[in-house]
Amino acid sequence: MKSSPTIAPRPGHILHRFANPGRFLRLASVVQPWLTGVTLVLVVIGLGWGLFIAPEDRFQHDAMRIIYVHVPAAWLASAGYFGLALCSALSLVWRHKLADLAAAEISPVGAAITTLALASGSIWGKPMWGAWWVWDARLTSVLVLFFLYLGHIALVRAFDDPERGQRAGAILALVGVVNLPIIKFSVDWWNTLHQPASITLTGASMDKGILWPLLISMLGFSLGFAALVMARLRAAVMEWRIRSLLLARTREHR
Amino acid sequence: MTRKHRRLLVLVACLVGLGGATALTLTALNDNMVFFVAPSDLASKPPRPGRSFRIGGLVEPGSLSQIRQDGKPVMKFRVTDGKASVSVFYAGVLPDLFREGQGVVVLGMLRPDGEIAASEVLAKHDETYMPPEVADALKKAGQWAPPPKPAADFRPAAAIPAKPG
Repeated sequence: MKSSPTIAPRPGHILHRFANPGRFLRLASVVQPWLTGVTLVLVVIGLGWGLFIAPEDRFQHDAMRIIYVHVPAAWLASAGYFGLALCSALSLVWRHKLADLAAAEISPVGAAITTLALASGSIWGKPMWGAWWVWDARLTSVLVLFFLYLGHIALVRAFDDPERGQRAGAILALVGVVNLPIIKFSVDWWNTLHQPASITLTGASMDKGILWPLLISMLGFSLGFAALVMARLRAAVMEWRIRSLLLARTREHR
Repeated sequence: MTRKHRRLLVLVACLVGLGGATALTLTALNDNMVFFVAPSDLASKPPRPGRSFRIGGLVEPGSLSQIRQDGKPVMKFRVTDGKASVSVFYAGVLPDLFREGQGVVVLGMLRPDGEIAASEVLAKHDETYMPPEVADALKKAGQWAPPPKPAADFRPAAAIPAKPG
């Protein structure tokens, strides 16, 4: 079938509007200060409330306060990877320049937050479980997620032609997406030392005084992740523009 | 448009294939993916002699005691999953979270007498977080259910297929 030249709105149309790098730069310069400001306020409230005011747990006492860092970090390790996979799908199927650049900027932030999740879990694990690390399904699958992030970081930057690197990185990111349900359900499918989810769709097995600061902290960390990625993406778009300009100029002078 | 659709189709097909392959692999490896076995598994699937293995369950309430073996203090307790229980001996420091009625994962070897000589004891925390005052209030109101769902907590129903024999 030949596609006829219609002007009717196509499904990809709205994506193209927001994927326009110029439009993104204009929108992001307005959103960025607000995103950063709200992040700082929420993280200060969430962590301050959680670390100093919220009640302690009956068994773990103060050691349990690490959840105010560990749970947001672990949530973002997975959610960030989902964003990376989404950008990869957009770049492979719709060939969006902005999605290419975004994928390359998400993975370093995702690797950092995964490191935070692994490190904070380990620090909690030693006094509570009695071991820094165990090879149970949850911990192992999150370690695999960390390596996927590292692989993506390296692969995207491994080619002289950035487009080839972005293509290879997108394929890696999409292959790795099978790990996300494994991480989520590892504690339900197999015997693990890691406890199952406390916050589910049907409710939370947590006292309200512990739950609220945790939710605020999670929201704050999430906005912070978005703010970091947005700042990096703005820089990447500008860098890409400068590089294209320089390239065009050298061609002219040749 | 058709090229985009074709690319999307290929991508979806690849993901479905990859997901299916992963699911099959994980199903095949199910028996090897367990971090620990339950006490009731010991009879049906006995570990090879001389090999370390992990056993998980709740510390049976009232079973913790300190005994002396060769002049050294040794902790003795029983691990249960609601269906069977097994005695564990451990000469070492128990983790902070170790309590009767709480989850525990023990690395050790089965002795000829059917008891376990542990080399490592890990405490397993459950998913409930509660301040001590709330726990006290619940206890006072008589709404306290100490060990929640011992068997279900450690044997996720979907995980291990029941094998006859």
